[in-house]
Amino acid sequence: MNKRSLIGEFTKGLIEENATFKMAIGLCPTLAVTTSLVNGFWMGVAVVFVLTFSNVFVSILRKVTPDQIRIPVFVILIATPVVIVELVMKAYLPAMYQILGIFVSLIVVNCIVIARAEAFAYKNSLLRSAFDGLGIGAGFMIDLMLIGAVREFLGTGTITVGSVVLPPKPLFEPMSVMLTPPGGFITLGVLMTVLNIVFQRAAAKKAKTVS
Amino acid sequence: MADKLLITSSPHIRAAKTVRGIMLDVVIALVPASVAAVVFFGIKALSVLAASTISAVLAEYLYEKAVRRPVTVGDFSAAVTGLLLGLTLPPAVPLYVPVVGSVFAIVVAKQVFGGLGTNFVNPALAGRAFVLAAWPLHMTSAWLNPLTMDAATGATPLHAFKGGQAAGSLVDLLIGNRLGSLGETSAIAIILGGAYLLMRGVIDYRIPVAYLGTLGFGVFIFGKPGALFQGDPLRGILLGGALLGAFFMATDYVTSPVTPRGRTYMGIGAGLITLLIRYWGDYPEGVTYAILLMNLATPLIDKFVVPKYYGYAHDALARRKAKEGGR
Repeated sequence: MNKRSLIGEFTKGLIEENATFKMAIGLCPTLAVTTSLVNGFWMGVAVVFVLTFSNVFVSILRKVTPDQIRIPVFVILIATPVVIVELVMKAYLPAMYQILGIFVSLIVVNCIVIARAEAFAYKNSLLRSAFDGLGIGAGFMIDLMLIGAVREFLGTGTITVGSVVLPPKPLFEPMSVMLTPPGGFITLGVLMTVLNIVFQRAAAKKAKTVS
Repeated sequence: MADKLLITSSPHIRAAKTVRGIMLDVVIALVPASVAAVVFFGIKALSVLAASTISAVLAEYLYEKAVRRPVTVGDFSAAVTGLLLGLTLPPAVPLYVPVVGSVFAIVVAKQVFGGLGTNFVNPALAGRAFVLAAWPLHMTSAWLNPLTMDAATGATPLHAFKGGQAAGSLVDLLIGNRLGSLGETSAIAIILGGAYLLMRGVIDYRIPVAYLGTLGFGVFIFGKPGALFQGDPLRGILLGGALLGAFFMATDYVTSPVTPRGRTYMGIGAGLITLLIRYWGDYPEGVTYAILLMNLATPLIDKFVVPKYYGYAHDALARRKAKEGGR
């Protein structure tokens, strides 16, 4: 198995092994919380934090974790950072916690986190696992923000970040359907198609210039 | 001798029918309804129909260019989808409604699933369902008074009819002198187009007959609030989008069952769902969702409605034979 550099472990999560658009895992929060850019951002932050620390914990304990009970062990190791995120969010971002609500707690059973624990952190060194968690998490955060931005723009006509509203006035009549779950599925599908076509063409071009 | 014997697999006899020919027939059949729409609703109708048709064709062209598939604009199927979508819209909708609807219909409902022949729901109706969900206000209030063409504030005749009130004279309903979506107002124009399609053998009479029959019978039973068997089946059929849907959308080859019996079932199912949504649902009209739902049920119908095998007396026997892998 050819090993990547540490930087490579980070960057593969952005495009090559992108959680949402390439591996299509962790889709429940993706569809549920991405009604706006800011929601997507904070959910992404929560997942980056949890994923990095759960990867680290799993990696540290990988040699003493018995194979037969590794999944329960993972869940406990993942639950720790999740509870931390949940309590911190409740204390310092109560408004955001109101919106994300149950989906923060549900990171415990998020398939991205469990998949990285099982498929990567359980077999790799601490540092590698940390970079893997950061990269996959960052990729996931970008996905959520992208989907959130598209849905917010089409569904409300504007994108609101803090006190900044862009464009100041909706340029068209907002499509309320984009804020509903069907709108989430449609956005996800269309973005997945477009991005995969773009990446495939880029890869084909690269292969051509190399040979 | 051996080289004189030509062995090929079926089909051996090909009809002269082409996709393009069939789609042209549909366009011709839609002309009366479109003309009626323009006569009654003027330039607004023309611009909505033009916007939906042009953007459907453009969407198909651009998508097929973008994914490097052969461009199939020439078979007129995109134009038919766009025109049909336009005919289901209220006259006074802003022009981005038909444009977005057409793009959704062509790209998401049709091309993403592989283009003509592999879409699982009727693209025009999928586009309409999308704009209905996106801008419900426009889709249910952008009515115009026919001929005078000023904004109408009253309820549509279908709405009045559901409340048990009078819904205009039959003559007005037949000609199209009433509030409603572009293509659904003039019953005569739609029946004319439908008759043309039936005559040319483009569509099967079973779906429209079963659909409208079920709907009419249901309206007869439940159409009058507070009393059974006193409804007005004729107005029940003429009002709303049932005629347009039954002749032009439920009969879509791709999304309707292939067997004659299956088509009857599809018509009955669509009629029942339309009835359900109209009288017990929240939406004013249920044709769109009725046909979309029956589109989804089509593979199931095709699976269960097995035609009788030649030489076998009973369906049950044929089905058992089919299961055993025999002929």
